[in-house]
Amino acid sequence: MGNENTILSVQDINVFYGPIHAIKGISFDVQNGEIVTLIGANGAGKTTTLHTISGLLRPRTGTVVYDGVNLSKIPAHKIVERGLAQVPEGRRIFLQMSVMENLEMGAYVRKSNENLDADYEEVFHYFPRLKERRKQIAGTLSGGEQQMLAMGRALMSKPKLMMLDEPSMGLAPILVEEIFSIIDRLHKGGATILLVEQNAQMALSIADRAYVLETGTITMSGDAKSLMNDDRVKSAYLGG
Amino acid sequence: MSLVFSQLVNGLQLGSIYALVALGYSMVYGIILLLNFAHGDIIMVGAYTVYYSMTMFGFHPIVSVLLAIVISTLLGVTIEKVAYTPLRSAPRLSLLITAIGISFLLENGAQLLFGADTKSMNVLISGSVQIGSTNLSLAAIVTIAVSVVAMIILTILVQKTKLGKAMRAVSEDMGSAQLMGISLNRTISFTFAVGSALAGIGSVLYLCAYPQASPTMGSMLGLKAFVAAVLGGIGSIPGAMIGGFAIGLLEALASAVGLSTWKDAVVFSILIVVLIVKPTGILGRKITEKV
Repeated sequence: MGNENTILSVQDINVFYGPIHAIKGISFDVQNGEIVTLIGANGAGKTTTLHTISGLLRPRTGTVVYDGVNLSKIPAHKIVERGLAQVPEGRRIFLQMSVMENLEMGAYVRKSNENLDADYEEVFHYFPRLKERRKQIAGTLSGGEQQMLAMGRALMSKPKLMMLDEPSMGLAPILVEEIFSIIDRLHKGGATILLVEQNAQMALSIADRAYVLETGTITMSGDAKSLMNDDRVKSAYLGG
Repeated sequence: MSLVFSQLVNGLQLGSIYALVALGYSMVYGIILLLNFAHGDIIMVGAYTVYYSMTMFGFHPIVSVLLAIVISTLLGVTIEKVAYTPLRSAPRLSLLITAIGISFLLENGAQLLFGADTKSMNVLISGSVQIGSTNLSLAAIVTIAVSVVAMIILTILVQKTKLGKAMRAVSEDMGSAQLMGISLNRTISFTFAVGSALAGIGSVLYLCAYPQASPTMGSMLGLKAFVAAVLGGIGSIPGAMIGGFAIGLLEALASAVGLSTWKDAVVFSILIVVLIVKPTGILGRKITEKV
């Protein structure tokens, strides 16, 4: 930890919802160029952890250091400007706006329009279906397309670290495969990704390293391949 | 025929004022789910601004009008910063009660400062235009034209500009908008500024029709604009425009058929009917509660 290749370092954070102690002193880190996954059951605290990193929630104790800067005093909308993008759970695209306008909102933090068109093209390269539907109102897209739009929107902010919250949620297995192969391609293109998933099988298959979160505590961690073969992980998350 | 035509123009004149005021209600509701009952009183402050700058300081009417719009805008943003921003995460009922409190504060403050009597002033726009066999007041034509232009500018602002799109994003999903790097404070203040500027324009246009100012003048106008916003679908910008014109035309119709003493009752009956039959209004979006 603390070496200069570390893009994100979460140190001993405790997060509360009123009296409920949701995150109990967890620490983890992400290195540049990695896919790190946080797996765990519903209610384990995965989304809470992401919201704490992106500034929507604040830890009571502990620190989040991103790109060498302690984020504790920085408002959420300023954190995005620093290149930390989150694709929220349930996609949360702007349903009443067009596909193109959603992408424009992704580019909101940019100071200039330089290379903007090239970046739209890059998003369309990863998600050709968005190009076909660019004028359509986002609410008319299918679930898989909405997930693609949410990811494309995050890409438009040119993130140094992209956090994905349950990209497989509510999607048919074939679409889950498609989304994960795109995540894999993004990673091969150089993106650094923190992936939160209930679908441990898929997440471990593309990740470099993984952390297992159970009721607000990290119970296991290690490289993804070895966790995949770990008996405890197998029985709890991979269906035996 | 000419009576119908002139009533139609009267209705559109009144309706365009309602529409401008209703826009402020609807935009603010769309973004922070607050029924800003202090909104009507901004019109009153705008009217007093015109009155005093013309009678006491002897400013040119155009200067007075611009001053009224600027002061209305500043007042709206100040109210938002001082009274509503600290309650951002409070229950919505607290916000609503605060808005009613601000309304009382403005009305009674005006009474204290300016007195309870009605201040009359010279007409801002006089003269009339002959169209066919009908005489139309110039004030009515100017009112309708100014409102339509203001609404076109607003539509472009909301649909095409970066701030306008950010406004729509915040109004649809505040959390997600923050994740895009959109500043909530800035966007909400901008919404209040635009809504209050429209109220300022509305106050000037109202003075063109009724050249007088009193401390409570904003409350009835504000309430009717609120009915217009609900009729059009609160939260919807085109809805507020349609609702405003509809209420204005209905009032003119009520007067035309000899129910002029009943016109307020007609307007509020519409509120009741809308709330029973289609609470989301003409263009209101469906409220989907997230589980």
